Amino acid sequence: MSQESLVEIRDLNFTYDSRPVLTGINMTIPRGKVVAVMGISGCGKTTTLRLIGGQLKPTSGTVRVGGQVVHELDSDGLYKLRRRMGMLFQFGALFTDMSVYDNIAFQMREHTNLPEALIHDLVMLKLHAVGLRGAHRLMPAELSGGMARRVALARAIALDPMLMMYDEPFAGLDPISLAIIGELIRKLNDALGASSIIVTHDVQESLKIVDYVYFVSEGRIVAEGTAEDMKNSKVPYVHQFVWGEADGPVPFQYPSRPYGEELMASAVRRG
Amino acid sequence: MDNSLTRALRGLGQQFTSRIWRLGYASRFFLALLLHSGTALRRLHLTIREIYFTGVLSLIIILVSGLFVGMVLGLQGYDTLARYGSTEALGVLVSLSLVRELGPVVAALLFASRAGSAITAEIGMMKATEQLSAMEMMAVDPIARVVAPRFWGGVISMPLLAALFSAMGIFGGYLVGVQLIGVDEGSFWSQMQAAVDFREDIVNGVIKSFVFGIIVSWVAVFEGYDAEPTAEGVSGATTRTVVTSSLAILAADFILTAFMFTGA
Repeated sequence: MSQESLVEIRDLNFTYDSRPVLTGINMTIPRGKVVAVMGISGCGKTTTLRLIGGQLKPTSGTVRVGGQVVHELDSDGLYKLRRRMGMLFQFGALFTDMSVYDNIAFQMREHTNLPEALIHDLVMLKLHAVGLRGAHRLMPAELSGGMARRVALARAIALDPMLMMYDEPFAGLDPISLAIIGELIRKLNDALGASSIIVTHDVQESLKIVDYVYFVSEGRIVAEGTAEDMKNSKVPYVHQFVWGEADGPVPFQYPSRPYGEELMASAVRRG
Repeated sequence: MDNSLTRALRGLGQQFTSRIWRLGYASRFFLALLLHSGTALRRLHLTIREIYFTGVLSLIIILVSGLFVGMVLGLQGYDTLARYGSTEALGVLVSLSLVRELGPVVAALLFASRAGSAITAEIGMMKATEQLSAMEMMAVDPIARVVAPRFWGGVISMPLLAALFSAMGIFGGYLVGVQLIGVDEGSFWSQMQAAVDFREDIVNGVIKSFVFGIIVSWVAVFEGYDAEPTAEGVSGATTRTVVTSSLAILAADFILTAFMFTGA
């Protein structure tokens, strides 16, 4: 494994209920870079994240994080590795019975013996980084979608992870929140010296901040390159995706019999 | 005809095997829960918080129900005992019924509906909103941090609630029997004291409520943890908690009663 890459995925296959979800995936996430994994819903993007985090085991192939093969780790080893990872879930996944402050202090209290005064300073520092220091007393139910996502981001960086994973960080956000989250992802990655993987289908926002992109379709990587490469790509799937065309390799119609044939059949049935 | 019979048999067999499989899964879950209980018992504040949510917040329903059950027992008991001219034994009837049987069983049924369903819904919603996944990704075991404290909170609360239910019931019986109907107060209390045996009646009642506490809490945390992560899945799991734990309480009550109170 190269010293330059933090995550290496080689010949990864994953099958669920004998249905192939990922086939022959090869990816490299270099240290210090922000990499996006793009594709339509259900193409296997989130599964890739779960395989990197060790929540799923590959059917074949390997996922290495920091030189360790994730699925070969025992539960202690896996938990040790996860302490160096941060993950932002699609809708934040904040603990609803805890305040914003307690959500961010959660990992510090669970994994360190830091005194409460120091935890307070660290929580405020993280909240300041996402611009929500003044919201530390609020409960998750009192936050807007964008604020919840920012709090979840602050929680994910609580222990200064080496690898950040974002599962659809832009989903359902207004344009201002969208820009804030995009900017934060880039700034935090650079400030922490971490590597980031963004799983997303938001092309415009993510292409502004990422260093490299993998396009996944039906469980396979169909294209990869820099943001500029993707914008100029001639691959039909990538072109349709990047320019948001309604019809193309991803058809508008759900697979079905030709409409004329169906109308005829229904007329015959009615006599 | 043959085909439909085969299909019906196959369906029945599938249902049976899936139930057995689920029971096995629930047992392995129970074992994992016990093995991961160290955190819940070491960091007692987590369990105490759950005792508050499951126990203290169930107090009103337990106390009010206990009072009414005791009052009904007072009325019915007086009516029956009057036929045999032994109304002074009303205290014995009320207290033995409550301590041996109604206290543990009715309190457990109420506990399953009030606290068991809440535990299932809470854990199920945490699963549906990816809070449990988030916890796993933070290298915190949800069974140790979320499930075990709720389980032990329920197990500890249940005998205390059953005891309070019985106490309120006896008070309700006293109100109706002594204050309303006019049974002699001295006979009511003295016969009760003479007839209720600490080992035979009270300890056995406490053992029953402890077993019911394990059953309700186990079913509640398992159903929540195993719920499908959708609104419909959580609602189905909550219903299953109440139905399964109620039936299990009644079945366990029969078995325990058979061992405790017969053949002596």
